[in-house]
Amino acid sequence: MQSKPSHTILKVYSIIFLIYMLLPLVVMGGAAFNDSRFPSVMPWQGFTWRWFVDLYNDDTMWEAARNTFFVAIAVVCLSVPIGTAGALLVNSLKGRSRTLLYATMIAPVLTPGAVIGISTLLFWYKFNVPAGLHLSAVGQTSFVSAYVMLMVLARLQSFDPGLEEAALDLGASHSQMLRRVLLPHLYPALGAGAVLAFFQSVENFNTTQFTRGSSQTLTVYVGSKVRSGITPTINALAMIMILITIIAVVALEIKRRRDLAKAAALGLA
Amino acid sequence: MGELLRRYGTGLTTLAVSLTAFWLLALVILPYIGLFEQSFRPYIPVADLGGPKDFYSINNYLAVINNPADINLAGLVVRIPIHLWVFFITIFYSCVVTLFSLMICYPLAYYLSKVISPRSLPSYLLLLVIPMWVSELLRSFSWFILLAYKGPLSLILMDLGIISSPIHWTWGLGGYSGIIIGLAYSYILFMLFPLFNAMSSLDTNQIEASEDLGAKWWQTHWRVIVPHSKPGIASGCVTVFMLSVGSILVPTLLASPASRWFTEIIQQWMFEGQDWNTGAAYAFLLLVVCTIFVTLMMRLFKVGLADIAK
Repeated sequence: MQSKPSHTILKVYSIIFLIYMLLPLVVMGGAAFNDSRFPSVMPWQGFTWRWFVDLYNDDTMWEAARNTFFVAIAVVCLSVPIGTAGALLVNSLKGRSRTLLYATMIAPVLTPGAVIGISTLLFWYKFNVPAGLHLSAVGQTSFVSAYVMLMVLARLQSFDPGLEEAALDLGASHSQMLRRVLLPHLYPALGAGAVLAFFQSVENFNTTQFTRGSSQTLTVYVGSKVRSGITPTINALAMIMILITIIAVVALEIKRRRDLAKAAALGLA
Repeated sequence: MGELLRRYGTGLTTLAVSLTAFWLLALVILPYIGLFEQSFRPYIPVADLGGPKDFYSINNYLAVINNPADINLAGLVVRIPIHLWVFFITIFYSCVVTLFSLMICYPLAYYLSKVISPRSLPSYLLLLVIPMWVSELLRSFSWFILLAYKGPLSLILMDLGIISSPIHWTWGLGGYSGIIIGLAYSYILFMLFPLFNAMSSLDTNQIEASEDLGAKWWQTHWRVIVPHSKPGIASGCVTVFMLSVGSILVPTLLASPASRWFTEIIQQWMFEGQDWNTGAAYAFLLLVVCTIFVTLMMRLFKVGLADIAK
């Protein structure tokens, strides 16, 4: 292996990188408590909860939060079944048809959100469907489904098709096999896919911006606030969003470690 | 298809095929074709639709080369269409951001996959997942605060006596410094994670073998680690480039009076101009750029689409 000094440099480098990634978020969160009209931590004007109170009393924010939630739920409900169906289809194909299908499914992931948003808007406008949050959900589904598809496909790699055949040979109907054998194997991927879909939808701006009409989601609301005079209420909102993120990340990590421990215990038994 | 029927029966197969067909046709293929078709249509009053003025042309694309303006290119004044200039500068700075991210992430990915102690790795990754999951909006907003004129960065440096007056951080590099800083920060983890995954799959014995056989450290990297990491490099570059070129939030939040991003011009056509057809043409140009970039990366690193999208 290489000499120690280079490893020390790398270690310092990795710590600097971590600070670089986290410090801006700490500053943003800290500004939520600063009693200053403009969001900043310097100069520090004293601690206050005032921006959280302002946020709580902001009806537009609540409206946007409700919208965000409903769009995200819609995206989860659409993209999880679609992505799963897509993964099953790709998984049972081979050769060129598989490559072609796969490439088409992946295309939205490699497309800028603005392009997806505009094409969704124009397409549905031809059928007299006006812009609105329903179109945002549809537009987001087009690429979120691809993420779900990738996750389910990865999980399918570790599935033994022999189990399917065994179930069918033993007299299970196709839907019984799906319910009792295939889906239970896919549950972890479906769960993770649903969480990912939810977060992807909540944070989406580019696709939503072109399809939303005059409705607002939280991201759009914050984006418009930044242009039209900003107060630390946005930081209060940011602080809450970061907290939710941290809780979600920690919860998933605890679950992952539990699963690992369970797997290890089963392996030993 | 036969295998699908055998495995899942008629009902389930029909369901899976129709769900996928709905996705790919109604949400992907037809909207893309629609975008392409619409981009050649003229912007005319509703009454004229289907009339003699309603014919296909490339006029919407020609809008890119209208309105020439004088651009100061490092002392040299060039007369160039303004939208075309923004188009090129968007691509150029997106490439710069991609390259920077790759250079910053490579040593780090190497450290995380091959050097760090296995005990501290999960905690380190967990701490990185937080900024990854915090939305793009908040990531760029945090730099909006940091880089503000008379913001924390200026004030700290003034307290330390390094600078004497506040600095317009976003005004450098022809007005694009703020955008570059914001893009790099927002998307760098999309470079780190694919790189890290690719390097983790490399057998450490190969690195040791290379060193035992007398390779210098840079030879080991260039001949062993980099070739193995190609899928990760390609995947990271494609993602960072695509997100940068298509970013709307970062150029909005971290703009300077001189900076314009191509997506902002698209927004201008769509919202202020209400000219959806020219907007479609510009969006299609953006799509073409991304397609070319993906193709280039696949050729350059000799990897398939399945390696890039993970």
